[in-house]
Amino acid sequence: MEPKSKTTFERTLIRNTKILGLVTLAWVLSMALASFGPGLLWDAKGITALVIALNAMFGVGMMLANMRHIRAQDELQQKIQLIAMGVSLGVAVVFGLSLSLVETTHLLPIEVEVAHVVLLVGLTYMVTLIVAIRRYS
Amino acid sequence: MKNRLKVLRAERDWTQADLAAELDVSRQTINAIEKGKFDPSLPLAFKAARLFGLTIEDIFIDESGAE
Repeated sequence: MEPKSKTTFERTLIRNTKILGLVTLAWVLSMALASFGPGLLWDAKGITALVIALNAMFGVGMMLANMRHIRAQDELQQKIQLIAMGVSLGVAVVFGLSLSLVETTHLLPIEVEVAHVVLLVGLTYMVTLIVAIRRYS
Repeated sequence: MKNRLKVLRAERDWTQADLAAELDVSRQTINAIEKGKFDPSLPLAFKAARLFGLTIEDIFIDESGAE
């Protein structure tokens, strides 16, 4: 068998990963612009609405790029993604609601924000991904 | 599930990367299958069988029924 450089599978995966990275970067930057732009860079509500719409568009693009990225992976990689996403979703629902209960019942003087849940989901996803990859290597 | 992928690959002097390229999967997946940590899907098992010119049963050994 002749030694090969990058296979079609690898090339597709790399291309889709790059696309996902670029769209995610655009989404994050537009999110930062929409958060800090009003007041700092402009005062017009029209511009704010436009930037928020742009951010939502990049968000949809990011979801589509992520779906494409996962479809291009092989069956083990997809299984690992499924595990990581399943755990992340579970943690988001269970602990998100727990935190909400702590806040609404005034058990602790905390103020739960969506950003906290997003952070929790992100960290859970990364840790689970690393653990699952190690389990199958 | 046990399998003979490593032996069959070695007989042909193929690396895990070579086999991965032929089966359109990652090298990590070949490694996980060879170590018995991951059972391939039926389509992937058929693809491997076709590649080696064998039947699925010649490559993969189901131990679930063995006592």
